[in-house]
Amino acid sequence: MSVAPVEITRAEGDEEALVDKPWLTIVWNDPVNLMDYVTYVFQRVFGYPKPKAERLMLDVHHKGKAVVAAGAREAMERNAETLHGYGLWATVSHDT
Amino acid sequence: MSEPSPPPEPVDPDDMALPDRPLAVFRATSRGITARFARPEAAIIRELVAQVVELVAADMPTVGSDDLAALVGISDSAEEPDDPVLARLLPDGYRDDPDAAREFRRFTESTLRSAKVETAQMLLETLPAGGGRVRLSADQAEAWLRSLNDVRLAMGVRLGVTEDFHEMIQDIGPDDARYGYAHIYDWLSVLQASLVEALS
Repeated sequence: MSVAPVEITRAEGDEEALVDKPWLTIVWNDPVNLMDYVTYVFQRVFGYPKPKAERLMLDVHHKGKAVVAAGAREAMERNAETLHGYGLWATVSHDT
Repeated sequence: MSEPSPPPEPVDPDDMALPDRPLAVFRATSRGITARFARPEAAIIRELVAQVVELVAADMPTVGSDDLAALVGISDSAEEPDDPVLARLLPDGYRDDPDAAREFRRFTESTLRSAKVETAQMLLETLPAGGGRVRLSADQAEAWLRSLNDVRLAMGVRLGVTEDFHEMIQDIGPDDARYGYAHIYDWLSVLQASLVEALS
């Protein structure tokens, strides 16, 4: 797994959500999950269009992690639980 | 993350425990998502999936002392599993907050374990023990994806897979104890990738 310094990535349009409800779902890089599978999961779980799902997947791959959603804590926990069901390494975090 | 190596002949077929022929992959056809499995291929997948079920269903956390907790899947125990494979299949939901991680696990782990057992069972129901053609509905394909991924996660921990798996596998010779396992892992990566493509 990459341990390169990580910059938090935000999808455009998410800034406002981050200010209001600063809880994040983060996905971490791991050496087993296939790149195309991770893209598929982001499309399936979040309904993201393929280009956005791919961009997030590449962020996870190259930067070691990516913020894949922001919002209320309970919703971020549900995301993490769903992503664990797909075998992705997801955590919840408070944006500080 | 990783990419599967180009299918399907990674090494000299004589050196493989898998059958000496192109290994099974999925294809999207007008009649659904299909693949044809040779008997040993089916046997290998069934065995590995059964091992994951055994691991995930074993020492299920004691589900709550009260009936309501049991009903909604809240468990008493909330520690990360000691077994590194289980810890990967059932990861912490918080990284730097042990209290929140315990609380998250108490509320989600038993449901997550049950979901993994269910997807595995769906795979086993659609894969004949003797091999043959498999034809999947969208729901079944999704269960296969998740279940194959769980198997690969488990194998990845046991094999110590890194991002450089393709280099790693070159260095694992036929005398290495990991040899057969590593080539099965490689094939399952190709198989899972073919399923993602068929679903896309």
